[in-house]
Amino acid sequence: MSKAKGSNDAAGGMAFERKIDEIEAKIAELEALSLSTHLDISPELEALKAKRTEEINKTYADLTAWERVNVARHPKRPVASDYVAEVFDDFLELHGDRYFADDQAILTGFATLDDRRCMLIAHRKGRTTKERLECNFGCAHPEGYRKALRKMRLAEKLGLPIVSMINTPGAYPGIGAEERGQAMAIAENIMAMFTLRVPILVVVIGEGGSGGALGIGIGDRVLMLEHAYYSVISPEGCAAILWKDGERSPEAAEALKLTSKDLIGLKVIDQVISEPQGGAHRAPSVAMAEVKRVLSRNLEELEGIPIEQLLEARRAKYRHIGAIQGRFPSLA
Amino acid sequence: MGDEKTSGKNALAEEKKGKKEPKKPQKEPRSKKKAASKDSDGSKETDGEVEPKKEGRLSRFRFSKKKDMPGGLWLKCESCAEVIFRKELEEKGRVCPACGFHFTVPGAERVAMLLDEGTWKEDFDQLEALDRLNFQDARPYAEKLERTVQRTGQKEALICGTGQVHGRKVVLAVLDFGFMGGSMGEVVGEKVALSCEVASKQGLPLVIFTSSGGARMHEGVLSLMQMAKTCAALQAFHEGGGFSICVMTHPTTGGVTASFASVTDIVLAEPGALIGFAGPRVIATTLKQELPPGFQRAEFLKERGMIDEIVSRTDLPGTIARLIDYASGPRVSPDRPPIERRSGDRRG
Repeated sequence: MSKAKGSNDAAGGMAFERKIDEIEAKIAELEALSLSTHLDISPELEALKAKRTEEINKTYADLTAWERVNVARHPKRPVASDYVAEVFDDFLELHGDRYFADDQAILTGFATLDDRRCMLIAHRKGRTTKERLECNFGCAHPEGYRKALRKMRLAEKLGLPIVSMINTPGAYPGIGAEERGQAMAIAENIMAMFTLRVPILVVVIGEGGSGGALGIGIGDRVLMLEHAYYSVISPEGCAAILWKDGERSPEAAEALKLTSKDLIGLKVIDQVISEPQGGAHRAPSVAMAEVKRVLSRNLEELEGIPIEQLLEARRAKYRHIGAIQGRFPSLA
Repeated sequence: MGDEKTSGKNALAEEKKGKKEPKKPQKEPRSKKKAASKDSDGSKETDGEVEPKKEGRLSRFRFSKKKDMPGGLWLKCESCAEVIFRKELEEKGRVCPACGFHFTVPGAERVAMLLDEGTWKEDFDQLEALDRLNFQDARPYAEKLERTVQRTGQKEALICGTGQVHGRKVVLAVLDFGFMGGSMGEVVGEKVALSCEVASKQGLPLVIFTSSGGARMHEGVLSLMQMAKTCAALQAFHEGGGFSICVMTHPTTGGVTASFASVTDIVLAEPGALIGFAGPRVIATTLKQELPPGFQRAEFLKERGMIDEIVSRTDLPGTIARLIDYASGPRVSPDRPPIERRSGDRRG
């Protein structure tokens, strides 16, 4: 589930970007050359940049599911800390679950989006190796889910809307996690999120890994970045189980229908947030500005809905999520 | 949910009776199939990765393969390795006569074990899975479904309906591990939700039995969403004052444990049941370390405060009836039906 990803470092998984990388390397080389020699090579540079744009457009026009999974995992893709820095103001972190620990894999705290205060809950992946290790690559333990629930209840008490940013390969599969009730913590959160009397806005910013995602993923609106993925199991896990061959992850990724386009088609998510051409890792600020705009608009809309109506709609949404109309008998 | 990995092996065992499934997944040593009390010579089995030379020894702890026991008359207890006559095991409610290990029970048999004779009325039995993603691994999901339906004679992994436990009427939902590892896809999720709604409408307690490898990968994110759907329905049921009991049986893992099964009012477990989020093999593989004895067994969970009580199979009907009485309020009603030992009960 989680760690099966050693084989997908940027070089391996992002092989489809090689041509773009080559052009970019050339651009950098020429730029350095022009600086040191004071030669005017701008025509060549322009040509190369045009070629780069063309190559990016070509590559990203038709990404496979597996390629998208790798874009979602790209080491330079914006993570929680980037959003905290660029999208939100006045972030005030609140730590700990007050039972056991302060799980670094889930970041929680007060945050302000434009002129609106909210509670931010986010999977934290970290940027440096040290950070990544600290937060288990975004794989939360039960204390992470309990910490999130504690802060969500505080938000409810204070009447602050909740913004939940999902970016996890999955909940942590480990001895301690099981001992402390990983499944129970996730189940408790899912159940509780149906009762929280404040708007909940969920956005999948990178990896939407299974129950680990859903544990902070119930919302009135669920948004998803264009190249994020959301799946019942990682492609590696699925390939290992069903194909008995972890190498067949690309096929598994395709079969699982885990891209934003698939999910909007299945009516599992509400809106796709488009990314700059070539993915959020290529222009993080542009990507995050768009996320900010969409989050802000959605929060405003949700704020206008009476809470009883919101709760009713939230429950109804999940009660019938993804179902083909008329397929199942209706009792209610 | 990486859990079918573990439970797949149990499916092997279960499927044996129903036979076929042409190419069995190549045998992988089971990582961890020892009951809590039996770890003496089992410690080596916990490091579940495929190492062919170990297999001969490991296989002692699984059901022997078919060729070893023509007709499947005999099987080995997965906990104590005792060789048991299959018929005897079935007569004893699928509890190992040697060590008391509670084997997985097929759904229909579970219904019969729990309910008063002649009280069962099944609901929603016509709901069938759809292959909405056109999912295909070694073979198409649609084909796999069709075969499973033929083999099991039921349309999905969950059977639900109403019946009586010692004269107390309940809505009962039972996950059947023999149907694709009891995995939860759209129909299973829907039937859990419908069961909550029937219970709510009729003012009945809801009793759920789980045995499941988790979410059904073949239905992709739609199966993941069943975790949310079932919790939404259960929450609504609870909000209306409904009372729910879940009995986790061997094995219950993944998205089922991480959703409705863990958030009922009362959570019971059968002795020795494997219960967890990630399957033990996934954990052992991820951590590259041996798992502690009794890891993820019912007793382990109870010790850590995750379940209310462990109840043996024969005591379940009585315990459930008593719980239902407690849920009916503070006044003891003089006309409540007595909880009597049933003639079929075989207590040890």
